[in-house]
Amino acid sequence: MNKYTPIIGLEVHVELKTNSKMFCRCTADYFGKEPNSHTCPVCLGLPGALPVPNKTAIDWCIKIALALNCKINEFSKFDRKNYFYPDLAKGYQISQYDLPFGHDGYVILGSNATPESNQKKDAGQASMTKEKRIGITRVHMEEDTGKLTHAYGASLIDFNRSGVPLVEIVTEPDFHDAADVKEYLQKLQQIVRYLEVSNADMEKGDMRLEPNISLTTDVKVLPNYKVEVKNINSFRFVEKSITFEIKRQTEILEKGETPAQETRGWDENRQKTVSQRSKENAHDYRYFPEPDIPPTTHTKAEISSLKKSLPELPDEKMVRFAKIYALPVYDAEILTRERSLADYFEEVVSLCHPELVSGSQKQEMPKRVRHDITPKEIANWIINKKIDHTQITPDELLTQITAAKQTIAIDETELVKIITEVISENEQAVTDYKSGKENALMFLLGQVMRKLGKKVDVQMVKEKIKQQVA
Amino acid sequence: MNDAIDIKSLTITQAKKDLAAKKYSSVELTKAYLERIKKVEPKVNAFITVTEEEALKSAKEADAQIAKGEDKALLGIPLSIKDNFSTLDIRTTASSKVLDKYKPPYDATVLTKLKDSGMVMLGKTNMDAWAHGSSTETSDYGTTRNPWNTDHLPGGSSGGAAASVAADEAIAAIGSETAGSIRQPANWCGVVGLKPTYGRVSRYGVIAMGSSLDSPGPITRTVEDSALLLQILAGQDPHDATTSPTAVPDYLKNLKKDIKGLKIGISDDYFEGVDPEVKATVEQAIKTLEKLGAVVKKVKLFPPKYAIAVYTIIQRAEVSSNLARFDGIRYGNNRSTFGDEAKRRIMLGTYTLSAGYYDQYYNKALKVRTVIIENFAQAFKDVDVIVGPTSPTTAMKIGATEGQSMFGELADVLVEPSSIAGLSGINMPVGFSKAGLPIGMQIIGPQFAEEIVLNVAYQYEQENPLYKIKPEL
Repeated sequence: MNKYTPIIGLEVHVELKTNSKMFCRCTADYFGKEPNSHTCPVCLGLPGALPVPNKTAIDWCIKIALALNCKINEFSKFDRKNYFYPDLAKGYQISQYDLPFGHDGYVILGSNATPESNQKKDAGQASMTKEKRIGITRVHMEEDTGKLTHAYGASLIDFNRSGVPLVEIVTEPDFHDAADVKEYLQKLQQIVRYLEVSNADMEKGDMRLEPNISLTTDVKVLPNYKVEVKNINSFRFVEKSITFEIKRQTEILEKGETPAQETRGWDENRQKTVSQRSKENAHDYRYFPEPDIPPTTHTKAEISSLKKSLPELPDEKMVRFAKIYALPVYDAEILTRERSLADYFEEVVSLCHPELVSGSQKQEMPKRVRHDITPKEIANWIINKKIDHTQITPDELLTQITAAKQTIAIDETELVKIITEVISENEQAVTDYKSGKENALMFLLGQVMRKLGKKVDVQMVKEKIKQQVA
Repeated sequence: MNDAIDIKSLTITQAKKDLAAKKYSSVELTKAYLERIKKVEPKVNAFITVTEEEALKSAKEADAQIAKGEDKALLGIPLSIKDNFSTLDIRTTASSKVLDKYKPPYDATVLTKLKDSGMVMLGKTNMDAWAHGSSTETSDYGTTRNPWNTDHLPGGSSGGAAASVAADEAIAAIGSETAGSIRQPANWCGVVGLKPTYGRVSRYGVIAMGSSLDSPGPITRTVEDSALLLQILAGQDPHDATTSPTAVPDYLKNLKKDIKGLKIGISDDYFEGVDPEVKATVEQAIKTLEKLGAVVKKVKLFPPKYAIAVYTIIQRAEVSSNLARFDGIRYGNNRSTFGDEAKRRIMLGTYTLSAGYYDQYYNKALKVRTVIIENFAQAFKDVDVIVGPTSPTTAMKIGATEGQSMFGELADVLVEPSSIAGLSGINMPVGFSKAGLPIGMQIIGPQFAEEIVLNVAYQYEQENPLYKIKPEL
């Protein structure tokens, strides 16, 4: 048993999908574009160029903060974070220092029974499903940097990404294992997608993750060092780097030493973290208020109007689905993972039970209201058949379900006759079933269905066989 | 050469009339200035780049437009532009070798506005490198010399701009001020220099010095020309978030109002340590204002010396950050091409922003800045404008800055408080010293009170039209 408890905090950068960049009018959609084709004096940091903040990006940053239950600073400002790096056009990054747009929020983990947590429960880790509160320290707005490519014996700079709006979300050191970190990250990704402010596409670098990890013997006391793992672009790598760090730091502590305070990177090829920068070389960013941008103010009314504009968030939606549509939490969770799927499900339900779907203003009532199909059946169909909701219209889906449900009425005596035949032809199977082998029943069912040669209600046939065998 | 052109007596207003009356063409006018530049530049060195070809091209276009009867505020008027304004495809160095070969791919908003008004740009004027100084001695392209006495400094940082106007190398010039960089060289060169309220004129495209202070503005022969240029430059710019939405008044319309009953404030501290000749001349000018009906009142302002510390800290901090982009990767030259003054400012600014020193220096400076702003606001409850000497002395000799790393701050001590408060102000020539060097008076107004400042300056100018006196070169 490890006597050390991991203390983990997270910094996550989320790139927003606004039309234009944070401080100029260049398009923010830079991915895969010809290098340096989406640039202007502002994002190139040319002498004399000035930043003009993107209001939509600020509103979206505040929406993220609100969705993470943050308090919003009515008076806020931008600051300059000064450091040298070739991809940083101005020699400073416009960020926020002491007055971020959002602060002091939280996220609740474990409120949904994900398959992973169910498994953990099975494995005897019941505590995993208990709700956990992860504190959000701050949510602030900044700009992305350019991108360096080292090739052809040279270093190339592409400024297309320079100035793309970036929201940084910092948590309290409230995590104690990699699984919670992963759950948090999935939740965060889900939330920003629900808000439709970021694609949160890991492959494209829309989300960049930086866990800081240390170990303590007393959870009430923060360790006197911290190891930060920078710029990870996959949830799996975050898990791996945390697991690796816990092992590495444990070994150091066991030798009676203290791990160095440093910045490390995850090396996927070598499956380990590697040191990048020590504490001695830590930056002094010399933050000071950005003189090129006047401070921003948001009135209480503006904040509450942004709050009102938030869509129903995944947790609320899941609870509502489970309650209103009488779904198991597990199904509700799957259906609400993506907002588009949840919307699709509700659209299908509204065709059968318009009274259930709040705010569904169906312009036209469907020709045949299929009251006979329950939300549970719709959910099952979508989940079990892995329906691609972008390909099948709600109406088509209902047609599928209806067709599947259609069973041909069968004469009771004919059915009894066939079952009797099958039982007499398969004595061994009957014996097996009686001795507790469930599979034998399925075998008998198969035989009966084959003899029937018609599409009948399988459940009903199964019950009949059970009765007759008994 | 067209004999109708007497560049020694020209103002924008006069040249516009002459062009409209077809006394001469813009090409002829532009050629006259280009010839003057060729003649006096060896003595003055006001320009870093003379854009002869482009100037003649613009002049030709202007003539075509004049022929079509078009009327634009500056159509065919030759101006000089300080070399820290980005000019599309034209070398823009800010007087630093770091940018020796830099040609911006865009125009500063000020340039766009001037071009839209039909201006002919004669060239880019010399300045202290990065606008760091009050002498032009820190320029990497040689010191500009004062047209009134070429052994003397023109002041700075807009020294080339002020000298180009005084030496008749341009009808008027566009300069920029952080704290004194328009008013002080205008003073030492005996011309009108207007520093608009911070946020009145766009900074977009002006190579930043102190971002919370920089204010572009005109340097002209007459107050009327100053008002005319401000009319073009002023206004909110979507490219500069610090420009103000405050409405732009008609500056020319209100110029000629009388100033009877206007309350003029004077603060004794602004006359402390001032050269006796300067002091006496400015006091005489104040009497002239009284004669015009203005009421003089004493106001209590903080001694200007307190502004030096505040200004030095804020400006150096901003400089250290603004110059970080010149990291040797782009623009052609590496960091060793930075001059000593820029290096000193980068070091001092970096130090004051460093962890553990921020509160002690930068934060404290911000707090004192607020106190100074309130101090002026209080004074402006009692008076409409405040007047005093622009500088403690007349133009100093070439070489005066040697070993004086605080030269600029001391030369600009009387204009620094109003700069850090973001106020409007103007330098008016009010006389000459026995040695024949110009003496100036500053008129300070509240924020966005350029209208009043220009009105007072204009009325004074009517009484004492010193622009008619020219240096011999």
